[in-house]
Amino acid sequence: MSTTDTRRGGSTLGAGQAIWLVAEREIGSKLRSKAFVISTAILFIGALALVIWGGFQAANNSGTPVAVTADAQQYVAQAEGLDVTDVADRAAAEALVKDGEVDAAVVGDSSSPLGFAIIAESSAPTSLMLQLAQVPPVELLAPEEGNAALGYIAAVGFGIVFLLAASLFGGTIAQSVVEEKQTRVVELLISAIPVRSLLAGKVIGNTVLAMGQILILAAIAIIGLTVTDQTALLQGLGAPIAWFAIFFLFGFILLASLFAAAASMVSRQEDIGSTTMPLTMLVMAPYFLVIFFNDNPLVLAIMSYVPFSAPVGMPMRIFLGQAQWWEPLLSIVILMATCVAAILVAARIYENSLLRMGGRVKLSEALAG
Amino acid sequence: MLQLRGIGKSYGGRRVLDDVSFDVRPGRLTGFVGGNGAGKTTTMRIVLGVLAGDAGTVTLDGAEVTASDRRRFGYMPEERGLYPKMKVHEHITYLARLHGFSKTDASTRARALLEQLGLGERLNDNVETLSLGNQQRAQIAAALVHDPQVLILDEPFSGLDPLAVDVVAGVLQQRAAEGAAVLFSSHQLDVVERLCDDLVIIAGGTIRAAGARDTLRAQHSTRRFELVSAGDAGWLRTEPGVEVLDFDGGYAVFDADSDETAQRVLRRAVANGDVASFAPQHPSLAQIFKEVIQ
Repeated sequence: MSTTDTRRGGSTLGAGQAIWLVAEREIGSKLRSKAFVISTAILFIGALALVIWGGFQAANNSGTPVAVTADAQQYVAQAEGLDVTDVADRAAAEALVKDGEVDAAVVGDSSSPLGFAIIAESSAPTSLMLQLAQVPPVELLAPEEGNAALGYIAAVGFGIVFLLAASLFGGTIAQSVVEEKQTRVVELLISAIPVRSLLAGKVIGNTVLAMGQILILAAIAIIGLTVTDQTALLQGLGAPIAWFAIFFLFGFILLASLFAAAASMVSRQEDIGSTTMPLTMLVMAPYFLVIFFNDNPLVLAIMSYVPFSAPVGMPMRIFLGQAQWWEPLLSIVILMATCVAAILVAARIYENSLLRMGGRVKLSEALAG
Repeated sequence: MLQLRGIGKSYGGRRVLDDVSFDVRPGRLTGFVGGNGAGKTTTMRIVLGVLAGDAGTVTLDGAEVTASDRRRFGYMPEERGLYPKMKVHEHITYLARLHGFSKTDASTRARALLEQLGLGERLNDNVETLSLGNQQRAQIAAALVHDPQVLILDEPFSGLDPLAVDVVAGVLQQRAAEGAAVLFSSHQLDVVERLCDDLVIIAGGTIRAAGARDTLRAQHSTRRFELVSAGDAGWLRTEPGVEVLDFDGGYAVFDADSDETAQRVLRRAVANGDVASFAPQHPSLAQIFKEVIQ
């Protein structure tokens, strides 16, 4: 019999293989859950509907009325969907804007690095901004606190996708940790593989699922916008969506480790809420902050560096053109560092709490061991 | 050989294990018997490293048990411990893979073992749809699928019907015959008595008796005999050195004060008529158990 050979296999299972086995089971069991498949399908259909609806809206729009001076003609030549009124000079353009005849004016401006500027009443029309390859300085004749509609939609979009994906998969990993504790299967698992491999496998499995969902959503947005000919919007959203995906990856690993650690401190599904509540708040905070403060550069700037809100805050600032090129890089480094620290703390809590059945494990005990 | 020496454990000042020492020998089934709360589960968890003891050592073949040794341990926890929504075959395959078997190898082993345990028709059913008894069998498969060299089973027979007890007992005996050291706890003393080679009795966190079953029996046996004869055995009452415990015509159960007395009784019984049976009566495990835990 070949038992002796295969037996030896038992001790040579690498950490990587163990982690992947756990991750694979995590993914497989989720993909076979009807609730998960249906909710994901609804999410995708919703995103698709939004894109198509946006396409109809764009098609129905008559052009945005814009006054253009002779020296600025070249800048709007490529732009589509504009109803251009030729004016003689800047003064005439400003007069038309003030009268409300046009939404904005594009005028030559030697002080602008791009050679032209936009003049608008209270806010620059987004449809115009998106048509321009490069965004020039905007001069507002009657500045007013106001939301650019598209900025608001983008804010809600990033906020809600982050909220949904992070709470869905954060909740999933928490449930799965408690399920293993409650059914005691965990005793079998850790008699086979190290506790840390189990934690890593669970975090990676759920991260793969969450990222998969985000990437498919991004693909739906990009392909949908292309097919429905909203390429202008796509140009504005492309980079923020790409950054969102990158930030989400690390932001999710951070949250998933913490969710797993928090869940390991209780022994029953009913008690999950008592330890994951602070994390749920952390997941919801970026959503509300970005909705209320998407027009407040200071709040957005702070959000874009705080690791828990950076996945929403930074793409938003990139979309609004408020971020310097190095800012997302700095923010992602901060996020990654936090991620490493969180994984270490989470692994400690997880290891110390996993086999303590019964009541809730105190955080101080879980950290001390 | 798995050896426990001086294991102690306290929970918040309450001593649940005190100087627990015994051996689990390879190739033999060791029964672990004790009342509720006697310390069986705690002892088993310490052996598995699931729980840390306050004192004492657990060694395997003379060396302290390491984490990698424990991967070669098979464990069946007291409470059912499988994913409810996984298919039985898939689940056992998964556990075998966690113990280092390749995908195909793990699948083959899981299938063979489940079929042996009588779950051949339920391979693709979710664990949660199985009856309690069948979940128990799946649980046993989970403990055995990686061919462990040490098997620790907490109440493997609870919830099984008599036929299933035989199936599981057969599997455990086969593993022991292949060289595994098997420790199992049970409340069903008759099953333990029938199966085990060695016996450990625990009460109040201390080991009250440990050793080979037959040795323990001999130690605790009195010179009690059962006589079945054709004639009337009334004469036994007047026989010196004999105390009659039960009597009915030719049937009697008695204690003799020495082996000579017993032999004298046998000779006289044969002289009085045909003797159908004359046999020493060994105490049952239940009797020994009651005696040592007092």
